[in-house]
Amino acid sequence: MIPTNDYLAAAAALFVIGVIGFLMRRNPITMLMAIELMWNAGNLVFAAFARNFVDMSGQIFVFIVITVAAAEAAIALAIVVMVFRRRREVDVDDVSMLRG
Amino acid sequence: MIGLFWICTVVLIVTAIAVIGSKHPVHSVVALIVNFAALAVLFLTLNAEFLAMIQIIIYAGAILVLFLFVITLLTIGTQPIEVGPSRLSFQAVPSIVAGIAALALLAAGVRGARTAAPAAPPDFGFVGTFGLQLLTTHLFAFEVTGFVLLIAVLGVILMAARKEVRF
Repeated sequence: MIPTNDYLAAAAALFVIGVIGFLMRRNPITMLMAIELMWNAGNLVFAAFARNFVDMSGQIFVFIVITVAAAEAAIALAIVVMVFRRRREVDVDDVSMLRG
Repeated sequence: MIGLFWICTVVLIVTAIAVIGSKHPVHSVVALIVNFAALAVLFLTLNAEFLAMIQIIIYAGAILVLFLFVITLLTIGTQPIEVGPSRLSFQAVPSIVAGIAALALLAAGVRGARTAAPAAPPDFGFVGTFGLQLLTTHLFAFEVTGFVLLIAVLGVILMAARKEVRF
């Protein structure tokens, strides 16, 4: 049986790659994929601790997180489509109207 | 089992780096599909059968298809995204530094975590157990997720559905 700490280490590496990708890239679609990586790192931690504590609540939480991730991806991609309609290009550096 | 875990972890890390490193978004999506498949296998090693299935069906099947549709529709006849020099060209080094700092922080937390896994009962993580818990103990949360999805659908329709469609 694989120890829980190994799963936590894998999830930490996945999360950090997601953080770096989110900070480095300027393309909102790739940034969204980096966010998906971070969701998945969190899901892996939930599932690992569900087995660690022999409690199904962690797995239920992963189910709910996946639902919220689907909603988030749909909303964010709709925003990307809206920005693209107005400007014909998508680059988060150029979308600075709300900066004031 | 332990070999499977390490193979899947290596695939997970390599494809995650490919996701954030690819120049074209479609390549990122393809790498992300492999990433999700590796994660599904990791869920299987954690006795989470239902999660492995919905990881493939919902994430790789639905969300990534949504990504692919948006990429194909957005880049018809236009340049791929991220053209020209970045206005924030100095952001690469600080983001890597921030990532390494976060990794050090998380590594300290993981090393300090005292986890002792007791032996799981034989029916732990079965789809039947999962469904029973979801529809009895956590019924309210289950209903609320339906509401969240309804709000998301309404928001997407409100934002993306317009009368004037230009191609």
